[in-house]
Order: sequence, then structure tokens, then C-alpha cells
Amino acid sequence: MKYVDEFRDPAKAKVLFREIAALVERIEICKRRPLQIMEVCGGHTHSIFRYGIESMLPEEIELVHGPGCPVCVLPMGRVDDCVALAEQPGVIFTTFGDAMRVPGSKKSLMQAKADGADVRMVYSPLDALQLARENPDREVIFFGLGFETTMPSTALTVLQAEAEGIENFSLFCNHITIIPTIKAILDSPDLRIDGFLGPGHVSMVIGNRPYEFIAERYKRPVVVAGFEPLDILQSIWMLLKQFQEGRCEVENQYDRIVPGDGNREALEAVATVFELREFFEWRGLGSIDHSGVRIREAYACFDAERKFPVPQLKIADPKSCQCGEVLKGVIKPWQCKVFGTACTPETPMGALMVSSEGACAAYHNYGRLDLAKRATAQPAAAQDSAGEVAPR
Amino acid sequence: MCLGIPGRIVEISDARKKLAVVEVGGVRRQVNLACIVDDQHPVEGCVGDWVLVHVGFAMSRIDERQAAETLEILTQLGEVQEELAAMRASGKA
Ligand code: SF4
Repeated sequence: MKYVDEFRDPAKAKVLFREIAALVERIEICKRRPLQIMEVCGGHTHSIFRYGIESMLPEEIELVHGPGCPVCVLPMGRVDDCVALAEQPGVIFTTFGDAMRVPGSKKSLMQAKADGADVRMVYSPLDALQLARENPDREVIFFGLGFETTMPSTALTVLQAEAEGIENFSLFCNHITIIPTIKAILDSPDLRIDGFLGPGHVSMVIGNRPYEFIAERYKRPVVVAGFEPLDILQSIWMLLKQFQEGRCEVENQYDRIVPGDGNREALEAVATVFELREFFEWRGLGSIDHSGVRIREAYACFDAERKFPVPQLKIADPKSCQCGEVLKGVIKPWQCKVFGTACTPETPMGALMVSSEGACAAYHNYGRLDLAKRATAQPAAAQDSAGEVAPR
Repeated sequence: MCLGIPGRIVEISDARKKLAVVEVGGVRRQVNLACIVDDQHPVEGCVGDWVLVHVGFAMSRIDERQAAETLEILTQLGEVQEELAAMRASGKA
């Protein structure tokens, strides 16, 4: 496939790992403490684990897996709303597969389906629209979720429904926006991130300029990164170069896909259909101002929240669940008290254990406990390993 | 959901609705081109283009020149490394 294999070349990866290790030695911060780099996007988290990138990096670099997995930050109350919508008589509830197993306070969409609700997985919102065309006597609801990457696709689907006069189609809008989220992270007092890998596919829509405040006001460098292993490694290398040379800028590693100004057509569709909500509730992060969008009044007839009764209850996460701290990088997944015991991919308590882009599922599925050990290798552990090599 | 996949536009199926058939990893499916067409890139001229497909929409045209440049930088990095290694080796000898 075009530009997939080329960006997975192991020989080039080896060079990059070497270059990264060499750079780290020349960066002052690294002599005192590990450099924390946050990948904001869940897609990056997924690639980092899939290709085992983290364990190959020098110990002076610590990757913090950010909140950029839309499924993972969905609060329980919203899942309950999905279930309530799916259980309305006559409704076909359509969703991306990722969201099926996210636990609500009573059940997930998967369990609702087992209980008789007509829940269907679709690949595209256009497939949901097609279902509406084919089933004029049913109400088809599409569960719209994701950052700016998927926002244009649902906006264009609503516009298409309007153009064709399809009345039995509506959108349950849970789209979220990236900039207020990054800002909330930067303003969080318990956080210390040195630099960011910017979300490549969000940027393909919004461009690079919206990140400039991070470099200018918060003095943190950003490199917008692609998703193949070499993309991620080159982006880390570019970030390190900035540290070494004392620069602080927004750079674009992914320029084969991301135009600096973003995508005008996509942004226009989004602005036509959606407007900012005053605030949106996030799992683990609480309420963040202007971090979500809703459907504009002009398209109210396509808004599932207006068309059907939705409970909209705020449900607190289970007490033992520490998703919020993991999302902010305060603790690592394996440090959560229920990781791997009460919370596993089969019986997830938090959404981070559900989605393949969630940090907990990634650690669990890819068995990255070697990293867990390395990171917690305090004196006791160090002695243990020393004991192993010492002659007995 | 957020990871796109590259595909090649093989035919325009409905120019008015901006729909095309795109071959993605050996599979053909209908994809909406609304986000990658404008006055300079009319729908009809898109056949053969490589695009990144997300949830049924072509979201970006893959810029082959930029891709080649990025790969070139990576290759150079490797060559510089090799040269340095050779230099070090000869220095030691
Ligand atoms: S282990 Fe489970 S409960 Fe704990 S942070 Fe991860 S997903 Fe949340």
C-alpha cells in the first residue's frame, strides 16, 4: 500500500533509535530527569504499543499516553443515553465498532443488543444513512463520536440527509474538540509534560496553526506526527532536536497528509452543522469548557437529543477506577488498583481497557509489563536483578 | 476509527454526489470525495489519485512529493550514520 511499508522499514527505524539515543545524551533536562512526551492521539498510542516503540527508547524518554481516544473519554452517562436511545421502539442504533463494549452504568451497547435492542455496527456514517433509506418505517440513529477527524464525515452525512429529505435519520452527537482538551491538560496543576506529539489526523482537518499557543504561551514544542513507526520515531527525534537546540516551535512531520491550513471543505461542513457546547463532560477529566459540539438549531430535526427523550444523567465512575489519573499521565495503567484483576479487556471497568486505542488495553494486550517493571525498578528491584547476575 | 487508510480512486460513481469507488488494500468501496475536491480539483480529475480514507470519506490527498522528501531525510540520516561509523572505525584503526 502507498507509503505504508516504506514507513515501516526496520533498517531506518534502527538508525532513528540510534539517533534518538545520541541526542538524549546532549539534552540537559535528560541528565536530571526523564523527558515527558505526550502523544495526544489514541491512534499514536495504538501504534506505539503495536510496534513496541516505547520499550526501545532510551530510559530518559517517558511517553505519556494522552486523552485522545474518543471512546475512552466518553462518560458513563453518555453510554447510558446510547442504550436508552437504542432501546426506543422502532429504532435502529448504529455505531462504530469501538463503542460497542464500553460499559455504561447498567450495560454496554453490546449487552443492550443481546437484550433485544437493534444495535448495528457500521464502518461509516454513510452506511447508517443507507440503512435509513432502506428502512423508511424505522428511525435510524447514528452515534457520532470522535475528534475533528471524524466530525466532517458526520457533518457531511447530515447535509446529505437534508439534501435528500431523509427524515428518519438522526445523529447522537458526541464529537469533541482537541484544542480545549490540550489546554485543559496544560492548565492541570498535577501535570508536567515537556513536549507533544500532535495528532496527525485531527491536524489534517484543522491544520497546524491552532497549536501555536502551546509553543508560544506554554513554551512546549509540538511535532504533528504520522502514525507509522518511522513517523513516530522521526517526530520524537524532531522534538529532541528542538530541546537540544533550545527551540520551541510547532513542526509538521506528517506533511504528506497534513496541509498547514487544514481542510477548508471539511471545516466548512463542520461549521455549517455544528456549534460549540458551553462545556462537555469527559470521563476522568471532568467537565471541559467548549470541548464538545452539538447540532445547530437549523438542523434540529437531525438531532437525536432533540428528537427522542435522553436521560442525560451524570454518573460517577466506579470508585476503584483510576482512568482519570491514567489519562493525565499521573499514574501508569498498571499502577491502577484494578488493572488486570477486576479490570481486564474481557471485563472492562473503564473505557481505557475497551478500545484498542486505550492505554490500559494496550498495556494489557501487548504484555508491556516489561515496561512496568523497568519504570518501577526502584532500589529493591535493582538489587534483585543485580542478585541474578552476581555469581552465587 | 481515527486511523485512516490509503486508497486509490479507481472510478467516479456519482459526480453530482461526489462519490467514487476507491480501492483500499485490495477492497473496493464507495467513498465520498467532498473534502478533497474544489475548483482546482474537480471530481472528474481525481481518478488515479491516492487519498487517505477515514470512515467512508477521502480526507486528504497524499502528497507524494512530501512523502518522498520525508523518506529522503530518513535515508540521509542512515547514510550519515554509516559514514560516521566508517569514520570512527578508520579513526580507531
Ligand atoms: S485499569 Fe481499568 S479502571 Fe484502571 S485506569 Fe485502566 S481502564 Fe480505568
